[in-house]
Amino acid sequence: MNAASPSRAGWVLVLPLVAFIAIAFLAPIAIMLLRSVHDPEIADLMPRTRKALARWDGVGVPQMAAEAVTADLREAVATNQIGRLAQRLNRERNGFRTLVDVTARQLDRNPEAQLARIDPGWSDPDLWRLLARVTSPWTGQHLLNALDVTVSADGTMVRQDEARRLYVEVFLRTAWVAALVTLICALLGYPYAYAMAAAAPSLRALLLFLVLLPFWTSLLVRATAWIVLLQRRGVINEGLVAMGVIGETGRLDLIYNMTGTIIVMVHVLLPFFVLPLYSVMAGLPTSYVRASASLGAHPMRTFARVYLPLTYPGVAAGGLLVFILSLGYYVTPALVGGRTGQLISNQIAFHMQRSLNWGLAAALGTLLLLAVLLLALTLPRLAERGGLRA
Amino acid sequence: MLVACPKVSSAALLGLLIAYGPACAADALTIASFGGQYTASQKKSQYDPFTASTGVTIKSVDYNGGLAELTAQVRSGTVSWDVVDVELQDLDLGCADGLFEKIDPAQLPAGSDGVPAIADFVTGSLHDCGVGTVVWSNVLAFSDPAFPDAKPSRIEDFFDLERFPGRRGLPKRPHAILEWALMADGVAPSEVYRVLATPEGLDRAFAKLDTVKDHAVFWETGAQMIQLLADGEVALSAAYNGRVQSAISEDAKPLKIIWDRQIWNADYYAVVAGTGAKGRALDFIRFATDTVPLAEQTKYIAYGPVRRSSQPLIAPAIAATLPTAPANFSNALAFDAAWWTSHGDAINERYAAWLVQ
Repeated sequence: MNAASPSRAGWVLVLPLVAFIAIAFLAPIAIMLLRSVHDPEIADLMPRTRKALARWDGVGVPQMAAEAVTADLREAVATNQIGRLAQRLNRERNGFRTLVDVTARQLDRNPEAQLARIDPGWSDPDLWRLLARVTSPWTGQHLLNALDVTVSADGTMVRQDEARRLYVEVFLRTAWVAALVTLICALLGYPYAYAMAAAAPSLRALLLFLVLLPFWTSLLVRATAWIVLLQRRGVINEGLVAMGVIGETGRLDLIYNMTGTIIVMVHVLLPFFVLPLYSVMAGLPTSYVRASASLGAHPMRTFARVYLPLTYPGVAAGGLLVFILSLGYYVTPALVGGRTGQLISNQIAFHMQRSLNWGLAAALGTLLLLAVLLLALTLPRLAERGGLRA
Repeated sequence: MLVACPKVSSAALLGLLIAYGPACAADALTIASFGGQYTASQKKSQYDPFTASTGVTIKSVDYNGGLAELTAQVRSGTVSWDVVDVELQDLDLGCADGLFEKIDPAQLPAGSDGVPAIADFVTGSLHDCGVGTVVWSNVLAFSDPAFPDAKPSRIEDFFDLERFPGRRGLPKRPHAILEWALMADGVAPSEVYRVLATPEGLDRAFAKLDTVKDHAVFWETGAQMIQLLADGEVALSAAYNGRVQSAISEDAKPLKIIWDRQIWNADYYAVVAGTGAKGRALDFIRFATDTVPLAEQTKYIAYGPVRRSSQPLIAPAIAATLPTAPANFSNALAFDAAWWTSHGDAINERYAAWLVQ
């Protein structure tokens, strides 16, 4: 170590951080990206079927593969994996679980039984085409499903049935909520940041404290506090009823819907808008504004032509931060969003935790990540080109 | 009993840092159950007495049913739960998937009246992979002040927003609510599962649910459900009878249970496959499902014990609040776990999509 140059020693000091980022950040993302297109679960459980169907021309019912399926199912029974296989196949096609269970039981009694004799379901050419597709470990299906597209029995891509169409709408809803939250944060945060920048030091400290206070409070506590305020028998509704503004039957639905999600998200994200904007405003020399005024400009004109353009970098930074954070919001919509206020992260969590469809969860996550990367890369450039630069 | 804690391998160090909790003490057992008043009833009647008699401390974990978390634990080889409280449809599925250890009913103690366990447990409450504990029920419950005039009394009233206005509480999973939707639409209880198995029947159930969708608030846990009812956030809700009863008798909440066409189900204790504390887990299950602890549990939650020998130990006032009391049970429907096992996947997915749409 003594011989190392200072710069090399510096690198050694950075190594733990690099290793941490690689293990805790890059690797999980890489695994997620991989999972969205690589799903070897069925291929691993049905290796013979996979081999047999890889050489199949896709016409009729392949006899070779029937023997392979028999062997794979018997092995799955022997290794106690049959339930897992049945469940996984059932996700590809409803009713597959029953078919596999019935077949496995029959094979247990009579190992030589013909598949087609056990259940006529095995004579369906579509079923074999499906098997050929799902026994391949590489799949684009999760990404397609994440876009509400499915592959029909004959191999063409079609839109999902209406009852199952979901994710495109939720993606759009998420983008819309993020945009709205950003806009509201801008409208509320801009004057506040200005007040902070313009205030006397003691008042400024108080204003800063008020912005930071929510940061020091747990997200869960804040969401619960909002529930107390906003629910139908909450503080706001009770107050309005007591004042006679609304009647007993006209109580406002402020929470467990989209309204609740937006109100609480604005509250949680406002500091992320105010702080970058304030740091820009605090760094602006007051001489520009005074120069504009001394040259005879109306205060409105001074604000619109001089002050506002100078603060654009702060607005862009805060806005981008709030928008991107909103896209991935999970806890708040889960707690106060009810049915209509759920965002794409809640769907990802559902597939991670409840339906165990990790491939689809990964695909949704991949699309979200791509959207965020695209925005993070293009928005600042667009802002520059649009003259949003100091 | 030596393998209570996971062994330290270098690769598992990071995971261990996260997973290594108080559960990994020398004599401990982690039990996952449904939380709130239900877990409280288990703690008072089973966990605490077990700890007192054996010295094994019990760490209680809340979960929400379903096999997702359990599957993730077993498949990744990081089992942190030893015993789980599961519903029958999950027990069936998990047993077939190898998520649970097999349990030999011959090892269970005889009832306090000397009847062997196999005869003492009611039919269906002993399973290859689990031992039954309580019969509980899906019922409708309403907030009494929300209906000053006529009170709802039937399943149909849940879908009748004209006569019984007010927000409806619905579970985030489709069990029982789909059955009720069909019954309210005129399907006889005996026909429900046959109709629900057809695509038209399923569409019909969802169409019926659509009629209350705009007035629906969805809950995920039993504790949330009680909170929504008690806060007046919903007027009428799908509910678990025991939690409503506890809110009425312990917290004096103005709630009422509608027993019409209740759909009853059972809970089981099962041992997670691959747990390091299998022996202790089985000891616990033998202890907890004995005559007295099961009877004791009814003091804390209105769920009926599955041991016949527990029945005479229950006070009459409590017995009348159980789902199995004759007055409550007259037109009860048994939850068909086997049906849900084979049809559940697609319906769960559709229900989850319907929720968000």
